[in-house]
Amino acid sequence: MTAFKRLDGRKPEETRKMEAKVGVVPNADGSAMFSFGDTIAIAAVYGPKKMHPQHQQDPEKGTLRCNYSMLSFSVSERIRPGPSRRSTEISKITEWALEPILMIKKYPNMVIDVHINILQADASTRCAGINAAALALAHAGIPMKSLVSSVSIGKLDKQLVADVNKDEEDWEEGEGATDIPITLTPRGEITHIQLDGKITSQELKEAIELARKAGKEIYEVQKKALKESSNPEKK
Amino acid sequence: MTKEKNNREIVIPGEVIAKGEEYLPGEGTEKIGNEIIAIKYGLAEEFNRLIRIIPLSGVYQPRNGNVIIGEVENITFYGWVVGLDAPEDAFLPLQEVPKYVSKDGLSDVFDIGDMLVAKIVGITNRGIDLTVKGRGLGKVEGGIIIKINPSKVPRIIGKEGSMINIIKQESNCDITVGQNGLIWIKGDEIENELLVKKAINFIAEKSFASGLTDEIKDWFEKEKNEGKRSKK
Repeated sequence: MTAFKRLDGRKPEETRKMEAKVGVVPNADGSAMFSFGDTIAIAAVYGPKKMHPQHQQDPEKGTLRCNYSMLSFSVSERIRPGPSRRSTEISKITEWALEPILMIKKYPNMVIDVHINILQADASTRCAGINAAALALAHAGIPMKSLVSSVSIGKLDKQLVADVNKDEEDWEEGEGATDIPITLTPRGEITHIQLDGKITSQELKEAIELARKAGKEIYEVQKKALKESSNPEKK
Repeated sequence: MTKEKNNREIVIPGEVIAKGEEYLPGEGTEKIGNEIIAIKYGLAEEFNRLIRIIPLSGVYQPRNGNVIIGEVENITFYGWVVGLDAPEDAFLPLQEVPKYVSKDGLSDVFDIGDMLVAKIVGITNRGIDLTVKGRGLGKVEGGIIIKINPSKVPRIIGKEGSMINIIKQESNCDITVGQNGLIWIKGDEIENELLVKKAINFIAEKSFASGLTDEIKDWFEKEKNEGKRSKK
């Protein structure tokens, strides 16, 4: 097969330019920004604090509460602010993606609030959100087994690509586009995988391999952001 | 300063700090197999083979025996509810005040809004219990109170109080550092108190650097010279 060309000239396994920074929200207990090209997400962590309302308290372990929201100016056509079906779903997905790495057994009756806001959207917003949230949780001093890195793998016609953007998401040639957001730890354990579209099991295995490769690159960016944040001399 | 102290390094959750059987896991770390793994973001420090992590940010986690500075938020029939800037409020029972208090005179001892220095004596699933029996504990009177990030408190105090003693000597102020990040400064003159505030903020800003204790001496020297010049 001839070399596959992506719309923005990237190689199939190449992600967009990534940037990460921690400590962007001074009022929060922990915060971070993460971007994939034109997709920018910021996450702020508050707590652990007492869960309110009281009936939602869990005396066995701490609770993680995520709140994902796309700001009304994040896309070219204004979206209605406030919770929607989509944002509620992504909030829940983010919770499930992050919970396995958190060690919050020691915080009974308490809640950790994570607010994720998408400043600018160009697909893969949930992945950018999860990456930012993982950084913010670490910055807030929450005990964690490891960080997580999230990447969306796309299948454009028959070609697998890493980190899809909006133009690729709307791919219509051939078999169309399949979007597979995957979240994994640096060791390669998957905490979250979603799939919408058509794919064979063989291709899915290849997609996961590709995600492992891209995840490593993302992890390096996250690691660098955390290590440099408290050391202004290096800047 | 020992060599080990200079080897402080920033670690992130999941990172392997050390390998081998000779190390012991301390606060913020866990032993998996024969590797010591960080579970918190912070500075890793090795001391007597024990590896622990000094957190760089985050909220205050109350511990037994901590001296804290809190604000009276409510008065009940049996004591006071004290806010610590922590996930939970604490309770100071009537019996833990070292003098007789009549049942309707609680507000004469500590009123709502008063700040007090107290010690944590117990953490149960019902809440945090405080006492003001002991030296240096009781109501905060006069002076100023400032707040810093609770994770920077160990740097302000220094090893066996080395840092805080320098500040006390240089400024002639009484300083009480609460583990929850509130600091009470009391001096004869407001200028001295403000100088301490400036010094503490300076340390909090540079808390990642090593050799701070020596640096702060020079800093005071410089500040005092500047103060003299501006008076002339």
